Amino acid sequence: MHWTCFHLVNEVNTEPTGKKDMPKTSYSKPSIGSTGKTGSWRTFDPMVNYDECNKCRTCWLHCPEAVISIGEDDFPVWDFDYCKGCGICAEVCPKKCIEMVRTSDAVGGSLPVGGSEG
Amino acid sequence: MKTELMSANYAASRAVVSARVEVVAAYPITPATTVPEQIALLNEQGIYKGQFIRVESEHSAMFACIGASSTGARAFTATSSNGLLLMDEGLHWAAAARLPIVLNNVNRSVSPSWNIHVTHDDSYSKRDTGWIQFYVASVDELYHTIIQSFKLAEDERVLMPVMVNSDGFVLSHTVSPYDHLEPEEVDKFLPPYTPPHWVMDPENPVSHGNIVFPEHYSEFRNMMHEGTKNALPVYTEIEKEYKKLFGKYFGGPIDCYKCDDADVVFTSQGSMGAEAKDAIDELREEGYKAGNARMRMIRPFPVDKIRELGSKVKAFASFDRGVSYGFGGPVANDIRSTMYHMKHRPMIKSYIGGLGGRDMAIPDIKAVILDTFKAVESGELGPEETWNDLKD
Ligand code: SF4
Ligand code: SF4
Repeated sequence: MHWTCFHLVNEVNTEPTGKKDMPKTSYSKPSIGSTGKTGSWRTFDPMVNYDECNKCRTCWLHCPEAVISIGEDDFPVWDFDYCKGCGICAEVCPKKCIEMVRTSDAVGGSLPVGGSEG
Repeated sequence: MKTELMSANYAASRAVVSARVEVVAAYPITPATTVPEQIALLNEQGIYKGQFIRVESEHSAMFACIGASSTGARAFTATSSNGLLLMDEGLHWAAAARLPIVLNNVNRSVSPSWNIHVTHDDSYSKRDTGWIQFYVASVDELYHTIIQSFKLAEDERVLMPVMVNSDGFVLSHTVSPYDHLEPEEVDKFLPPYTPPHWVMDPENPVSHGNIVFPEHYSEFRNMMHEGTKNALPVYTEIEKEYKKLFGKYFGGPIDCYKCDDADVVFTSQGSMGAEAKDAIDELREEGYKAGNARMRMIRPFPVDKIRELGSKVKAFASFDRGVSYGFGGPVANDIRSTMYHMKHRPMIKSYIGGLGGRDMAIPDIKAVILDTFKAVESGELGPEETWNDLKD
């Protein structure tokens, strides 16, 4: 059994480091995550056990944040830059193979680190 | 430049034409009513060439200005008292969106009790919205300060909205000469506004006012604070240029009169500051070394100038035509905190009066200044604040 998360980097969004690279007031171009990486709100990470997953896409259908996408191998993949950790995916999964793990304990930690790993 | 005879409200509407304002959105309220009324008339006559939006409330007036300014249009509105209070949410929004809107607030008492005469409580209560605040003492000063305010608000180092306050009735309905500039003359001073940051443009959509997390919120607020503070040096440049072009100068953030050798300096906002010059002249004749510091700008607060004055005087007699309920005169208290860190701290007497339009004539002003001279002689500050002419 292996637990995993997918960390996707949104190339459009920029995270300013301070006033020098910030505009005078908050505005954004239409883009994914135009208001910043809202995944920082999360206290629980959904962790999927791909050994159990049957690719039914129920989680993909129910995620209110639309952060689950279907990967090339037809498995669901998570965008943790924006996942709020609401737990709906875990609740609706018919195989009960998504576990909500406290963010600090989750594999890979809570901060999006870039790249994708299975 | 041509001298015209008009009330402050009529002159304000002419400043809107001279500054080539593109959008005015306003709702009538006494005593500001004749500002939008005149703009509507000038619009009908084809003299004011911008848009005039008749809105159903002051809240909508401010938000229509916010919309207009967001597209890069030069926007203006006028209001008074409860009308300004109804704009409140929009005032904060305009400042944080860094929109260079100019507003003429015709100071009027806040209700209840119902009173249409001057008290500065309306604009004092908007002190912490981020708006730059001017107080003027004549029709001529109002007209030119409105024109200057667009240049100040639109400067990239500032980019904050400006409120120009004029006393209800004392100025708004009193006819007096002012020097009028044609839009072609003002063009030399005030170029068309091009937003140096964000703009609402259907060809290049952006979303504004979106969520900002704790990681960046304070940085935005700090930039507002810096923008407002920049108004002091930028206004100095603007006044210099204005004087060179049109020969008009109103004294910087604080218009000082006979302050250089003064023992007691009288400070006030609005039209009373003009009256006070005559009081100073009479007191000088009677042998008192008194001076007059007319506070033209209270946000940003002219800290350096107050410290410079405070280093020389024995006392300030600071008059507020309004109250911070439970803590006295707003400007008097600003002067007190400005002087706190200085080696030489003069006595700072706070006076509250002239509320609801109660007259503050030359003898009243003299009495206030003489009361401060008495406190200097005795060395006793006396009450925290003195309510002038209060009936027991
Ligand atoms: S926890 Fe909520 S937001 Fe995150 S993937 Fe599951 S359903 Fe979507
Ligand atoms: S709901 Fe469960 S079983 Fe179905 S795709 Fe999602 S993780 Fe796999």
